Amino acid sequence: MDEIFGIPAPLLFGQLLLGLINGAFYALLSLGLAVIFGMLNVINFTHGAQFMMGAFVAWMLLNWAGLGYWWALLLAPVLVGLTGVLIERTMISRLYKLDHLYGLLLTFGVGLVIEGVFRNEFGSSGMPYRIPAELQGSWDLGFMFMPIYRGWVVVVAIVMCLATWLVIEKTKIGSYLRAATENPALVQAFGINVPRMMTLTYGAGVALAAFAGVLAAPIYSVNPQMGANLIIIVFAVVVIGGMGSILGSVVTGFALGVIEGLTKVFWPEASSTVIFVVMAIVLLTRPAGLFGRA
Amino acid sequence: MAAPGGFSGTDFKQEDTVFFGFTRTQLAAFAIMLAFIAISPFFLYPVFLMKVLCFALFACAFNLLIGYVGLLSFGHAAYFGMGGYLAGHAAKVWGLPPELAILIGGAVGAGLGLVIGAIAIRRQGIYFAMITLAFAQMVYFFCLQAEFTGGEDGIQAIPRGVLFGVFDLRSDMTMYWVVAAVFLIGFLLIHRIIHSPFGMVLKSIRENEPRATSLGYRTDDYKLMAFVLSAALSGVAGGTKAIVFGIATLTDVFWTMSGEVVLMSLVGGLGTIFGPVMGAAVIITMQNYLAEFGAWVTVIQGVIFVLCVLAFRRGIVGEIGNWLRVRL
Amino acid sequence: MSHETTRRAVLGAAATAPVWGALPYRSAKAQAANTIRIGVMNDQSGLYRDISGPGSTQAVRLAVQESGITQRGVNVEVVQADHQNRPDVGSTVVRQWIDRDGIDVIVDVPTSSVALAVNTIVRERNKVFLASGPATSDLTGAQCSPNTVHWTYDTWMLARGTGGAMVAAGGQTWFFITADYAFGHALERDTSEFVRQAGGRILGSVRTPFPGTTDFSSFLVQAQASRAQVVGLANAGGDTINSIKQAAEFGLTRRGVRLAGLLVFITDVHSLGLQTAQGLVLTETFYWDLNDRTRAFTQRLGPVPGNLRPSMVQAGCYSAVLHYLKAVGEMGVAAAKASGVDAVNRMKAMPTSDDAFGEGTIRPDGRKIHPAYLFQVKAPNESRYAWDYYTLLQTVPADQAFRPLAAGGCALVRS
Repeated sequence: MDEIFGIPAPLLFGQLLLGLINGAFYALLSLGLAVIFGMLNVINFTHGAQFMMGAFVAWMLLNWAGLGYWWALLLAPVLVGLTGVLIERTMISRLYKLDHLYGLLLTFGVGLVIEGVFRNEFGSSGMPYRIPAELQGSWDLGFMFMPIYRGWVVVVAIVMCLATWLVIEKTKIGSYLRAATENPALVQAFGINVPRMMTLTYGAGVALAAFAGVLAAPIYSVNPQMGANLIIIVFAVVVIGGMGSILGSVVTGFALGVIEGLTKVFWPEASSTVIFVVMAIVLLTRPAGLFGRA
Repeated sequence: MAAPGGFSGTDFKQEDTVFFGFTRTQLAAFAIMLAFIAISPFFLYPVFLMKVLCFALFACAFNLLIGYVGLLSFGHAAYFGMGGYLAGHAAKVWGLPPELAILIGGAVGAGLGLVIGAIAIRRQGIYFAMITLAFAQMVYFFCLQAEFTGGEDGIQAIPRGVLFGVFDLRSDMTMYWVVAAVFLIGFLLIHRIIHSPFGMVLKSIRENEPRATSLGYRTDDYKLMAFVLSAALSGVAGGTKAIVFGIATLTDVFWTMSGEVVLMSLVGGLGTIFGPVMGAAVIITMQNYLAEFGAWVTVIQGVIFVLCVLAFRRGIVGEIGNWLRVRL
Repeated sequence: MSHETTRRAVLGAAATAPVWGALPYRSAKAQAANTIRIGVMNDQSGLYRDISGPGSTQAVRLAVQESGITQRGVNVEVVQADHQNRPDVGSTVVRQWIDRDGIDVIVDVPTSSVALAVNTIVRERNKVFLASGPATSDLTGAQCSPNTVHWTYDTWMLARGTGGAMVAAGGQTWFFITADYAFGHALERDTSEFVRQAGGRILGSVRTPFPGTTDFSSFLVQAQASRAQVVGLANAGGDTINSIKQAAEFGLTRRGVRLAGLLVFITDVHSLGLQTAQGLVLTETFYWDLNDRTRAFTQRLGPVPGNLRPSMVQAGCYSAVLHYLKAVGEMGVAAAKASGVDAVNRMKAMPTSDDAFGEGTIRPDGRKIHPAYLFQVKAPNESRYAWDYYTLLQTVPADQAFRPLAAGGCALVRS
C-alpha cells in the first residue's frame, strides 16, 4: 500500500516516528509533574521554567565553564534540582495543608519570576547550543532521514521513565514514598522523615524537568519562554494520564505525541488544539484520567 | 473541593443585614466604592478607570464561581474574549448601538457558558479546572481561525456609537458613566444572587455538596445556573471593554487571561464581595504604571503572586475584613 | 554577560518614570510649550524585546542628541513603556500619554494588533506615529493614516525581497511553512505572488499553530517530501529560530534545500549561531556592516542591551526620530505640536538622510522608501570578526522595494 488516506505511507511512518520523539519530551516532563503531584499534591506550574533552566544551565556550563553536553546532562539536573529543593523548603512546604489551588498559584508566580529574570539577563531571542559531535549526522531509514540525536532522545527518555518507575515501584525508598502519599502521619510515626522525603521528591521532579531541558537544548531554541509554550500541553498530558499516575503520564506522553504527529499531517492548524479535545473527551468518559484511581 | 480561602473559620462579628443584603460595614464599604467611582474620573485618567471597571466586573463574575460555589474555572477568558469579539462585530459590522452590542456580548457569554458549563460541572476540583481550560483552548482556536475575528490583528476601530440614540460615547466622560453603570448593575446583581435563597444553596454546595444533595437540591442545576450567570457577566465585561477601547483581540481569549482573572480575585480576596474589585484595580494599575519598568513587570507580578499565597492568602480585602472581624 | 547594560536600561527607565508615572491627574496645558515629548512603546518583556525593547529607546536618545535641536533651546523628553504585546495595554498607555502627559510622537510599536490600535488613536488625537516595529502593510494600505509614517519594513517588502530575488537566484520551486495567523498568511500570499511572477512554482504549504508550536520537524519532513528547492519560512521570532535549527538538524540544508526566512532579524541569526544558520537567505533594510555610514552609526550607538548590535527596527527608530526632529526644527515646535498631520506632511515634503538608511523619501501614503537588501548568512569560516554575519546577494532599489503607491488601496492616495 503506497498511500493511507491520500498521504504517502512513508511520509506517514516518518510522522509517526517524529510524533513518538515529541512524545518522549512530553513523557519526561509529565513524569516529573506526576511524581511531584503524586507525592506532594502540588501542581507544579514552575515546571516549564525549570525545563528552561535546565537548557540554560547547559548553555552556561558550556560558555562559562567549558563543560560540554555530557557534563551538562549530569550537572544541570543536579544544579536545577537544588534550586527546586530551595523552593520547596522555603515556600511550597508551607502550603501542604491547604487547597491544591494555592500550590498551583504559588508555583505559577515562581515561574513568572524565574522567566522574567532570565529574560532580563539573556534577552528573548535565545542562545545557540549545538548537537554534541558524537550524535551529529543522521540515519537514512529509507522513508526519511532520521537525525541520530532524535533517536538518542527517545532512547534516553524511555530509559529515564523506566528507571523512575522502577525506583518508585520496586525499591524501598519508593515504597516509603508511596506509603507517605497514602498516610504521611503513619509513615512519620514509623520514624521516617516525611518532610525530607517530600523535599527530595520535589528536587527529583525538578531535576527530571531540567534533564528534559538539556535534551531539548540542541534542537529547540534555548530562550526564556521555551518552557511556557510547553507547560500547558504537558499539563493536559498529566491530566489525561491521571493525576499522579507515573505509568499514565509516560504512556499518555508518548501516545499524545503520536496523535499530535498525525494531526500535523491531516490538519496541521489543529495540531496544538487536538490535545485539548482529547483531554475533554477523556475527562468526560473517565473522570480520573486513563490510569488514575478515582 | 474545600472552600479555597481563609474566609471560613474566622470568628466574625455577627452583623445583621440592613439594606439590600448588605451589612452595616458592607454598606459603608459600598458607599466608599460608590464615592470613589463618582469622584475618581475628575482626578484620574478615565480610560484607565474604565479598564479597571471592566476587569472588576469580570473578576466579580469569576469570583461568583470560585468564591461562592467553590468551582475554579481556568477558562473564563473564553466568555470574556468572545463577548468582546461579538460585541465588537455587532457594533462595527452590523452597526448596532452600543447597548445592544454589550447585551449581545453577554448573550454570547451565556450561550457558551451553558454549553461548556453543562459538560464541565459534571467534574470537580482540578478536573473541572482542566475541562474549562480545554474548552477555552478550543474557543481560542476558533477565534484564531474564524474570519470575522481578524486573526491576530483583531477587530480594530470599533465605533463607540451613541447610547440609546442620545448619549454620544465618543466623549471619554460619557463613556465612563456608562461603564460605571454597567459595572454597578453587574456588581449589585451578583450581590443579590449571593444573598438570595439561590445563593444560599450555592454556598451550601461549596461547603458540603453531598449534604446539599441529600437535602433534596439538584446541585447540578444550581451549579450550571451559577456558571451561566458568571459566563454571561464575563461576556458583558468583555463586550464593554471592546466598546471602550474599540478593539477586540486574541489576548482576551488566550489562557493567560484566564490566569489573570484568578490572580485578580486572589489578590483582592476570594469569596469576598469587594475583593475582586480591589484585585482588578491593583493588577490593572500595576500593568499600567509598571509599564515603564519594562521586563520587570512579569517579575513583579510573580513576586506579588508568591507573596499573596505565602503571606496574604485572604487577599487585600480579606485581610482587612479579618482584621476588622467583619465580612466584606 | 549583559549585567551592566540591562541594569543601566532599567535605571534609565526608572528615571523617566516621574514624567508620567505619578498617579494624580496633571493637565497637559501646564507643560512647557517648547518641549517635544517622545513616547517609545514596544515589547520589553517578550518575544520582540531584542529587536526593539530598550535598544529602540537608546536609538531614539541618540537621534535626539544628534538632531542638535536641544542646542537650539527646544526640550526633548523621551519616555518608554512596555505594551507586553497586548493591544489593550498598548492602547491605554498611548491614550494616557497623549491625553494626560502631552506626548507628541509615538515611536516603534512592534506587533501588528497593537500598532493598528495605536494608529487609530493617534489619528483621532492628531499626533504623530512613527511605526518602526510593526510588519503589517495595512498601515499604508487599507488602514493608512495621515498621522502615521511606516518606517522600516513591511510584509509586502519582505515578500518582494526574498520571494522575487530567490527565484532569480535559482530557487524555482517552493514550499511554505506558515505560522497560522494573519501575519503568516499575508507573508505567504504575497511571497507566492512574487514567486509565480518570476516564473517559480509553489509545491505546497503547511500551516503551523501559533503560538504553541515548538517542534517543526514534522512540517520540515513534509517540506522535504515535496522536493521543493526552497522552503519559505512565513513566521517570526521563536518559530523561525526553531524551524531553522531543526532544518539544520534534519539535514535539509545539507541536501541542497535552501531556506528563505521571510522575517529574520540579525538577533535571530546571532541566537542561532552561524553553524546552524549558514546559507539562510533573508531580507533586511539595515545591516550594521553594510557600508561606512552604517558602521559609523553602529559605532556611535554602541552595543544595545544584551550586548547586541542594532536591529533594523532599532535603526528605524533612530532614523525616524531624527527626521521628525528635523521637520520640527524647520516648522517650529508650536506648529509641530499643534497638528500631527502638519508635522507628518512636513516630513513627507523633505527628503530623508541619515547614516542608517542613507537617502530616502516618504510617500503620500506614509510609506518610508529606501532600498532593501537580500542577504545570505555566512558560513562560520567566512566570518572574520564579531557579528560578521551577512553576505549581500542583491540590492532591491528603493523604488521597487515597496508596494506601488496605487496598489495599496490607501484612501489618502485617491483623494
